[in-house]
Amino acid sequence: MSLEKAITVEINGVARELSAPANETLLDCLRRHGQFEVKSGCEKGDCGACAVQIDGEAVDSCLTLAWMVEGKKVTTLEGLNDADSPHPLIAAFLEHGAVQCGYCTPGIMIAAEAMLRDIPDPTDDDIALALSGNLCRCTGYTKIFTAIKQAAEVLRAGGGDD
Amino acid sequence: MTDQEIPYRQAEANVVLRQVGKPLERTDAEGKATGRTRYAGDYTMPGMLHAKVLRSDIASGRLKHLDASKARALPGVVCVLTAQDLPDRLAATDMPGQTGQKRASTDRQILVREIIRHHGEPLALIAAETPAIADKAYDLIEYEIEPMPGVYDTEAALDPGAPIVTEPDNIVGEHKIRKGDTEKGFAEADHIIENTFHTQFIEHAFLEPEVGLAWVDENGVVNIRMSTQVIEHFRFIADALGVPHNKVRILGAMVGGGFGGKEDITVELYLALLAQATRRPVRLAYTREDSFVGHGKRHPFSVSHKTGVTKDGKITALEVKISADSGAYVFLSPYVLLYCAVAAPGPYRIDNVKIDSAAIATNNMYTSAFRGFGAAQACVAYEAQMDEIAKTLGIDRFELRRRNFMRTGDKTATGQTVESAIWADECMTQALEALGEKTAASGPIKIGRGVATYQQSYGRITWFHDTSEAWVGIEVDGTVIVRSGVTDIGAGQASALGQIAAELLGVGLDDVVIYNSDSAVTPLAGTTTATRALYMTGRAVHTASSNLRERLVAFAAQELDARPDEVDLANGQAFVPDDPSKSMSLKDLAARGASEGLERSELAMFRAPFTDPIDQETGQGPVFPDFTYGCHAVEVAVDTETGEVTVLKSVGAHDIGQAINPQAVEGQIEGGALMGQGYALSEELIYQEGKLVSPSFSEYLIPTSMDMPEIKCIILESRSGLGPFGAKGIGEPSLTPVAPAIANAVADAIGTRVFDLPITPEKIVRALRE
Ligand code: FES
Ligand code: FES
Repeated sequence: MSLEKAITVEINGVARELSAPANETLLDCLRRHGQFEVKSGCEKGDCGACAVQIDGEAVDSCLTLAWMVEGKKVTTLEGLNDADSPHPLIAAFLEHGAVQCGYCTPGIMIAAEAMLRDIPDPTDDDIALALSGNLCRCTGYTKIFTAIKQAAEVLRAGGGDD
Repeated sequence: MTDQEIPYRQAEANVVLRQVGKPLERTDAEGKATGRTRYAGDYTMPGMLHAKVLRSDIASGRLKHLDASKARALPGVVCVLTAQDLPDRLAATDMPGQTGQKRASTDRQILVREIIRHHGEPLALIAAETPAIADKAYDLIEYEIEPMPGVYDTEAALDPGAPIVTEPDNIVGEHKIRKGDTEKGFAEADHIIENTFHTQFIEHAFLEPEVGLAWVDENGVVNIRMSTQVIEHFRFIADALGVPHNKVRILGAMVGGGFGGKEDITVELYLALLAQATRRPVRLAYTREDSFVGHGKRHPFSVSHKTGVTKDGKITALEVKISADSGAYVFLSPYVLLYCAVAAPGPYRIDNVKIDSAAIATNNMYTSAFRGFGAAQACVAYEAQMDEIAKTLGIDRFELRRRNFMRTGDKTATGQTVESAIWADECMTQALEALGEKTAASGPIKIGRGVATYQQSYGRITWFHDTSEAWVGIEVDGTVIVRSGVTDIGAGQASALGQIAAELLGVGLDDVVIYNSDSAVTPLAGTTTATRALYMTGRAVHTASSNLRERLVAFAAQELDARPDEVDLANGQAFVPDDPSKSMSLKDLAARGASEGLERSELAMFRAPFTDPIDQETGQGPVFPDFTYGCHAVEVAVDTETGEVTVLKSVGAHDIGQAINPQAVEGQIEGGALMGQGYALSEELIYQEGKLVSPSFSEYLIPTSMDMPEIKCIILESRSGLGPFGAKGIGEPSLTPVAPAIANAVADAIGTRVFDLPITPEKIVRALRE
């Protein structure tokens, strides 16, 4: 039996205590605790479907051990969907039809949001690089790029403030 | 619309559409964009067990013994099933149909009893209290496989003395097409051009691996909630379990991508067996590696064209020889082969045609449905051949196509008259124009352009007698419900149905809720495959909504003291357009109707055209309901030093009849553009002695955001299709021409051709050296 311990972590702004065995990935742990918006696509760091932010930085949760996030802040797509002010990325993805099967979407939004905090006015190359670890088989990425650029514009104009 | 051609048949022109044809936000979009949508893998149940499949890592062998006793003894292991524990039944590998016809002889064993035919063939099923215990049990199963000689390419499989994978001779399907007199046609030709083209094994690479959850309910019904394109496999599952068909129910969920890879039976069979054996809920989630080895692939094809052509570019005769690797089980190979044979002449009028095709069994992974379904491989060959012909004749490639294009009213090579518009030429013209200024070459970087046009069916083979049902109802508050079994695999299949109902009932898409994908509760709509969901189920929803509309209008006419033909429904109102005093809300109308006993729902079935099978010897007769025509054009840059190809511009122009949701149509074209790019340039499953050696996304390279070219979508609307409002289909057609267009552009850039996909840098450098 592997060692299990309770870790304290802030998930989407809410303080939580999660029990996790020593060898459990953050992906499995989050899903076991109901964060089903974090998706599993490969469990090897190849697809980005499982991306979350740890203290604001996008990482593949399948390559991170749950114990590593002790005392940190974890943000998933749910955290970008604040009831009072959903992130402009969400509105932009909806407006531009950037979601098809939607399985890549949570990871892509997480990666895009992290990029937009660093690069408020991204070029296509910036976006391509930021999403290079996030596979999408449905959309050809085109509408995703358009949506991200629109969200960037909204954010630069001071929209979606929080 | 272009006015060069009057379509042979056209849906009502000049109707005002209020919901259809608009880029509305899809009904499924918000749930997905906020992370609230629950996929099949997100469901859990109390007392749920976790399953795992043990597979052979050898492609051809004999299972000498298998001992699960240590695994069964492990605390927390609830069940291990081996072939010994199952009755000697087979699992269907055929297309599910409404008519119940079935090819028993070619079905597969559920678990290996003795002979192993392909890498990944399942040996045992495990159900345990936790995933970790299931993993341990997996390691505790002891077995011994004696390797046997296998056969791994289609030519070797036909050698006398070759190991027989499928009785009697490894040939699992053959189709012939004979039209006119090819000998005479070749005699009339000034040139005869012969080439052979090869395509590779590829993987669907949907982002969501196969997953499901099964439980037996209080009525003894095996319920399976899963990710699938085809809930109607419930019948085959019932047959495999030995229970009546009404004792198995498949519930879908939003599917994380399919592309044909979730068309055959996947996890549902194992889930059902384990739930039946344990009487507990069981979850099975494939890992990515399970997914790579666990479902059928796209067929590698070898397609040889021999074309006779006059010096001014008229094709006088065509002979095509096709062979496909069907892998170790038949699955949909005979149908994929038929699609390839029928598609082989392309969108060209050729009077003398002879086509021979065979699908051949090997010990490679079995091959089955993949977006494009044989017609994509056909296009790789016929469009490359067109460019080769143009090169030989010294004629412009596009002009050569124009001289041979089928025109509206023409017949296909099987003698089927196409009753919709044939706008291949218009699509090519617009796609080429949209490429714009040619990028300048510089140093070792050469620029090339290419197009591919196509003819691709939508809807299933007409002798399958395909049908689809949908139910539409209006609530007493004027809101609308659509119920249909259709599965939504990400292209907006469900939302499009809502848009059609909204159009006809005069409400907004927000006023419609769609229930789909439940084999026991929603009316059965058939498969989400073959570019048929919108065509078939869209028509069923159209009929149900129209019938309901008629009844509502008649009732409103009474209430408004008007004639039914004066009443319109729109914006949530029933009204007489010419008389503003005569109007009432749909809400009041529905409530009044309810109190008067007005029937507020309709169930409708749509039937595709039904035909008899084509003639076996000549292949003559109708094969498909109808066809989509279009063109993809690309511009590429090729680094002649490294062989690296960059796709710069990618334009899809397709006559889709009528766009229901143009934004969703663009999504198909853009997605097809990148998937086709992977097919042309980077994707290949490598099998060594039948064993897959590249079962991950770090070895199997699908296009990423870094590979995205500038993509343009051009939607032409002839309104001549068989779908709702004259729609055709775009799901598969959007992919089909992309890889050949890229292959032609690369050949244009470097002046020589790579005949085998994928066109890797190594092959380009080699071709340049020769
Ligand atoms: S699941 Fe983590 S990168 Fe694919
Ligand atoms: S929308 Fe399906 S994988 Fe991106």
